Amino acid sequence: MNGAAPAGVTRRDFLAAGGALVVSFSLCSRALTAAAQTKPEAAPALPGSLKTAPMLDSWIRIAGDGSITVFTGKAELGQGIKTALMQVAAEELVVDPRALTLVTADTGATPDERYTAGSQSMQDSATAIRHAAAQVRALLVGLAAGKLGVAAESLTVGSGAVRAPDGRRATYGELVAQTNLHVTAQSESPLRDPATYAVIGKSLQRVDIPPKLVGVSIYVHDLRLPGMVHARVVRPPSYGARLNSVNTTSVQKMRGVLKIVQDGRYLAVIAQHEYQAVTAARALARLAVWDEAPALPSPDDSYNWFQRLPSQDIVIAEGPPTSAGAGAVEATYRRPYQIHGSIGPSCAVGRYQDNVLTIWTHSQGVYPLRDAIAELTKLPAESVRCVHMEGSGCYGHNGADDAGADAALLAMALPGRPVRVQWMREEEHAWEPYGSMMVSTVRARLGGNGQISDWQYDVWSNSHNERPGPAGQLAPAWHLAAPFAKPAPKPAPQPTGGGDRNAIPLYRFGNTRVVNHFIATMPLRVSALRALGAYHNVFAIESFMDEVAGMAKADPVEFRLRHLEDPRARDVIRAAAERFGWAGYQRTGRRGRGFAFAKYKNLAAWFAIACEVEVDRESGRPRLVRAVAAIDSGEAVNPDGIRNQTEGGILQAMSWTLYEAVTFNQTRITSLDWSTYPILRFQSLPDSVDVHVINRPGQPYLGTGEAAQGPTAAALANAIANATGARVRDLPLTPRRVKGLMRI
Amino acid sequence: MISINVNGRTVQVDAEPDTPLLYVLRDHLELNGAKFGCGLGQCGSCTVLLENQPVFSCLIPISTLGARRVRTLESLGTADKPGPVQRAFLEEQAAQCGYCIPGMIMRAQALLERNPSPSRREILRHMSPNLCRCGTHMRIVAAVERAARLITARAKTEAET
Repeated sequence: MNGAAPAGVTRRDFLAAGGALVVSFSLCSRALTAAAQTKPEAAPALPGSLKTAPMLDSWIRIAGDGSITVFTGKAELGQGIKTALMQVAAEELVVDPRALTLVTADTGATPDERYTAGSQSMQDSATAIRHAAAQVRALLVGLAAGKLGVAAESLTVGSGAVRAPDGRRATYGELVAQTNLHVTAQSESPLRDPATYAVIGKSLQRVDIPPKLVGVSIYVHDLRLPGMVHARVVRPPSYGARLNSVNTTSVQKMRGVLKIVQDGRYLAVIAQHEYQAVTAARALARLAVWDEAPALPSPDDSYNWFQRLPSQDIVIAEGPPTSAGAGAVEATYRRPYQIHGSIGPSCAVGRYQDNVLTIWTHSQGVYPLRDAIAELTKLPAESVRCVHMEGSGCYGHNGADDAGADAALLAMALPGRPVRVQWMREEEHAWEPYGSMMVSTVRARLGGNGQISDWQYDVWSNSHNERPGPAGQLAPAWHLAAPFAKPAPKPAPQPTGGGDRNAIPLYRFGNTRVVNHFIATMPLRVSALRALGAYHNVFAIESFMDEVAGMAKADPVEFRLRHLEDPRARDVIRAAAERFGWAGYQRTGRRGRGFAFAKYKNLAAWFAIACEVEVDRESGRPRLVRAVAAIDSGEAVNPDGIRNQTEGGILQAMSWTLYEAVTFNQTRITSLDWSTYPILRFQSLPDSVDVHVINRPGQPYLGTGEAAQGPTAAALANAIANATGARVRDLPLTPRRVKGLMRI
Repeated sequence: MISINVNGRTVQVDAEPDTPLLYVLRDHLELNGAKFGCGLGQCGSCTVLLENQPVFSCLIPISTLGARRVRTLESLGTADKPGPVQRAFLEEQAAQCGYCIPGMIMRAQALLERNPSPSRREILRHMSPNLCRCGTHMRIVAAVERAARLITARAKTEAET
């Protein structure tokens, strides 16, 4: 298992152990090196993360006994990435994927691939590993040709060996002893022909699931190191609360309490056993006296207040403004703050020993967290190691990095003892960075040809990326006596964008103008939540497409196709519509249908969804009855993995869309648990969710994880409108809102 | 010292009497199955069986257990020899992050011990105390249905032999 061993190996150890790989030389590797050295400035860009980590042995290492280790800077978040990465490596090395060892994100062992985020892991890491594996195979085949004295073309590869036509063979282990994988990758690789795939495209069972089903330690939450002790933090009751006083004497004497840590308004306790830490932290919370002042907007007027804040206005599609009146229609859509809400609160283990600080963390970015913790603790970066271990579900920047910072501060306070800290439920709900509140207005005009001639879209949003890097992005760092200031937020540039992600419609309109109103003031803490602004923007655009289709008296699916030329967009739309039975659908009683489409980030996976919703007339309560979706995320390495993530995206987005909003008063966050922030429960499940994967063998990987979020929201709103005439433009689509707008 | 019965063994635990069972399972007995989720009985990730009933182990002080038997995920099987519910979850690939899954398995186990062929509606109602955030619900329900078939088929084979 990845890096769980407390006495884990360092990068230096790895290099030393790989000595066999880096001493000897071969014609083939010399040729590769020479090629790389001749015209470095003219070299074409390397594929995926090879751009930033170009050495083959950063990704693939083969030991003398033939055992193969694959390295990735990405982390398993429950999305199944480990399995997919092992599949691409196994395909190119022509071995059984079960024969591989995979090491994931660890600053002491793996390449720096920044964050496991943005549905980028397949593009970045799978692409790099695949090309590296193919180049390693070619290198070994070249060596085998020399060794066996036959032409490389006549050799076959399989099960970790290269074979000559006469049956003689050389194993990878034997061959690697004669070469050096510490060479720069080339831009072109002899990738396997999709027609011959043995492993790619197969729905292999995920390698991370079996231990999860039987209670084998795999999560950082389950890590137990010798001598480990437990900590809890007493967070301020509101963002700006100051610690007036706290008398710790009685807590100091509680059984098991080892240390109370107080640094400014940062207050924590370390105890022998976990529940002793919980009890002591509760006692401290009762004793602490805080000074608080109202600093949050009035919840009744928060959207208006938000839109009135100063904004940086960035025109991201340059068409002329759409004038009001004369056939123009417009609407405003709103999305509240929403949480990640991982079922297990954030957790980390820290150990400060022999001047080295090691943090076991479920952060999405071990290298950026390493830098942030080095800044926070004033240790040199080389003295800090961050090792990823799995955590509870990760849907963006949650409390994981902050818990890593807690573990760092508390481990430094108790050198030599591993310190485990887990957040309580209320802490996670109150302190994790939310998905930003958003507002958008859209105005459009229909041309005489039944197509949209003018479209103007304005979106107001906070930042969607406030991750570490800087220590000032770690909540614990704000509370120290010498606090770290939060850096000024910056808008993320197009084409991927942040609040303006997917704000430019993929549809072809006569004129399109889109303005991103970036609001720097952040009354509530925000950062990256699955799909960033795309969730709201696709909800708004795809809701409005249905509204305009209604004006045009057009079928919503046909109306979308009217404005789309992209053949892969048309394919997912047709597939979802056909499998749903869109053409022959009859609206009955309380039921209606809805459709939506988006290409995530306008440059990644294509996704379309059709759904049927039932609305209770008495209460206005909507229920998703069934959903049928189609997704094209390029070459499908593990189709069931794509289905699993997409089903999850649909159900999570359904939960956001029907139920979820952070609540607050002018001083404090008030949604602090699952009763004040309800989410989907089993009794509200749809009858079926059917995800159809459109596989594109040989095409680039596009990523899957976030494609469903926005379209699902809009398809639900469109189905509710179809069933009841209620066009709800404010999220979530609560029974009260639906009932208030019902017309049929 | 407090004596409790976990997975068929009686163990002595040196913990304060008000310590919730969850912390004793994890911290003292080093069992990973039951997970901390909320500490409030709202999410079910800490679900274990207490004399055949699914309970929130985060809410039960160990001093109230007496001789009643506690069963955790670890009692159902191992990676090499999974129990029928674990096997069904594997075959349905019913996990994403998997953090809620031990609680799901234990709650499903309680249902299937009482009623080996529940209807879908019964499954939904029975599983409702447990939360999943990854949206794996459809696969979890499919896994419970598959487990029911596995258990029923096994009972039939045993009855015939």
